[in-house]
Amino acid sequence: MNRRLLILIIVLLVDVGSALGVVYTRHQSRHFAVELGVLEAQHDSALAEWSRLQLEQAWLADASQIEQKARNQLNMNRPESTRFLVVRP
Amino acid sequence: MIATGHTRVQLSRLYALLFIFIFSSFALIARAVNLQVTETEFLQGQGKARYLRIVDIPTTRGIISDRNGEPLAVSTPVDSVWVNPAEVLQSPENLEPLAAVLGTDPDDMERKLTQRSGKEFVWLRRRLHPDVARQIKALNIPGVFLQKEYRRFYPAGEVAAHVVGFTNIDDIGQEGLELAYNEWLAGEPGSKRVIKDRLGRTVEEVELVNESKPGNDLHLTIDRRLQYLAYSELKRTVLKHGARSGSVVLLDLESSEILAMVNQPSYNPNHPGSENDGLRNRAVTDVFEPGSVMKAFAMTSVLEQGNVTLATQVDTSPGTLQISGHTIHDHRDYGLLDLTGVITKSSNVGMTKLALELSPEHMWDTYRRFGFGEATGSGFPGESAGVLRNHSRWRRLEQATISYGYGISTTVLQLAQAYAVIANQGRLRQPTFIQGVSNPLISVIDPQLARQIAGMLETVTGPLGTGKQARVANYRIAGKTGTSRKASASGYASRYVASFAGFAPASNPRLVCIVVINDPTGDLYYGGDVAAPLFSSVVKGALRLMNIPPDDYSALLVDAGKASDSGVSQ
Repeated sequence: MNRRLLILIIVLLVDVGSALGVVYTRHQSRHFAVELGVLEAQHDSALAEWSRLQLEQAWLADASQIEQKARNQLNMNRPESTRFLVVRP
Repeated sequence: MIATGHTRVQLSRLYALLFIFIFSSFALIARAVNLQVTETEFLQGQGKARYLRIVDIPTTRGIISDRNGEPLAVSTPVDSVWVNPAEVLQSPENLEPLAAVLGTDPDDMERKLTQRSGKEFVWLRRRLHPDVARQIKALNIPGVFLQKEYRRFYPAGEVAAHVVGFTNIDDIGQEGLELAYNEWLAGEPGSKRVIKDRLGRTVEEVELVNESKPGNDLHLTIDRRLQYLAYSELKRTVLKHGARSGSVVLLDLESSEILAMVNQPSYNPNHPGSENDGLRNRAVTDVFEPGSVMKAFAMTSVLEQGNVTLATQVDTSPGTLQISGHTIHDHRDYGLLDLTGVITKSSNVGMTKLALELSPEHMWDTYRRFGFGEATGSGFPGESAGVLRNHSRWRRLEQATISYGYGISTTVLQLAQAYAVIANQGRLRQPTFIQGVSNPLISVIDPQLARQIAGMLETVTGPLGTGKQARVANYRIAGKTGTSRKASASGYASRYVASFAGFAPASNPRLVCIVVINDPTGDLYYGGDVAAPLFSSVVKGALRLMNIPPDDYSALLVDAGKASDSGVSQ
């Protein structure tokens, strides 16, 4: 009789424990799903930022811009062909 | 006794109660069966609809980049604003600030929305500036929503507009390679089923309905720096000579990759308007009568036939020739010319005399082998095949004119492909816009012969040639000038197409460049005056940018010791 009661109690405890475990993992999974959503959103916005930066870089590196800056601000110009020296090794 | 009487009453009440219990439990069981068995699907579906959502997985269109990975077309997210008219019109006082942010008239907007009040979804403005989107978000008007969309930007703008093309507002390719490779670039949006909580957060991903396929990137063979160089030089030339249009194509010989392809007029692909005239990629879609640049191919045919040698002399006096009642003119009387001289001086009479010795079939076959009369297969949308009529329909006059480039039409790209054959020792390779495309070499003419023709073409930039202005210091340049009159309804008008086709360095060709200027209206209209200087400046820049060593040092050679004394930077 006593042994049966003991087994019953143990089984009951295990049952409650596993139920709590299910609740916990369920909670965890939802929590991670939310986190995943946040990370995905971050990923998206990082991608968007990357494409914007790429565009910005492309605009800044535009040949006409560079040429203008080189000519007007830095007073650079293309050397005449007579100013080239060809050095044969 | 009383007890029994009592019992009887009690019993009947008991039975009544029992009956009610049994009846109601049957009713409950029946209802349970009804719910669990017959209506279960409907109910579960309804239940799931309360928390399960299908969410789109958006994809971005692939990036188009040049050969060095510099972006030419990039998609970036922007907001578009849409409204539910009925919801917005419930509080019309909200329209005023909304219209102010969008910079439109509130009455106008109200009218528009009233007209469409039966609908639940109306775009108000697509692809907003980020600042405007932020202001609309801040207004927080019920019934006004922002939707994330992708917008395509073209950082190279008009410089690469014709090659890259553009997409429409729904991100579908409309022109150029955006159109040709639309499916490759677009990808496929997917969808997934998720569970959302009360706050709209995704708490669980249930299943993937459709996997999303992201758009693929496209790596072009275009070099943005060369593209810019060619474009700015072309634009300058077109403006200087008041030309109607113009094209430049620059081809890398090693792989037949198109390094630059530019046209004038152009357009801004970031805001493609209605400038229909500028939308075409003329270098690929438009054909023209090439004129004298074709003499290189007629000469190939002449030498292939083998009736003549390089030393053969042709009498071009008196500079005119009557064929079937038509007179063929030379610039002036060149007298006795050898074969090289015919090319150097660009003598129509000499070329005609030589070409008329050929069988039309052989001449036609030579032209075909160079790729004329057939699209190059570059994969560009709207590519033209040009016109080369079958030899069986050639009359004598036609054979004569085809030898110097009339009565035949080609695209600029075809011409580039054909000149690459001469530069590449008689081997033809299909030109390509896309990196990594396999385009095998096909041998179409004898390598020895190709070298002979290349040698003839080099004299064109020599002291006696018509193309002196195509020279590039320290490099040997081979090429051919062309000046053709444009055909119009009433015969050939006094309008011209000036062209120059050539390659460099002549000793070991790396680049093929074709320049075509259509209808220069200034005093100058010869290929040698209009197109050759443009060829020179484009090729000069390209040789420098591509680090191609000079092959003609004679002018500026110093020995190393002297250079270190005086300083190389001088």
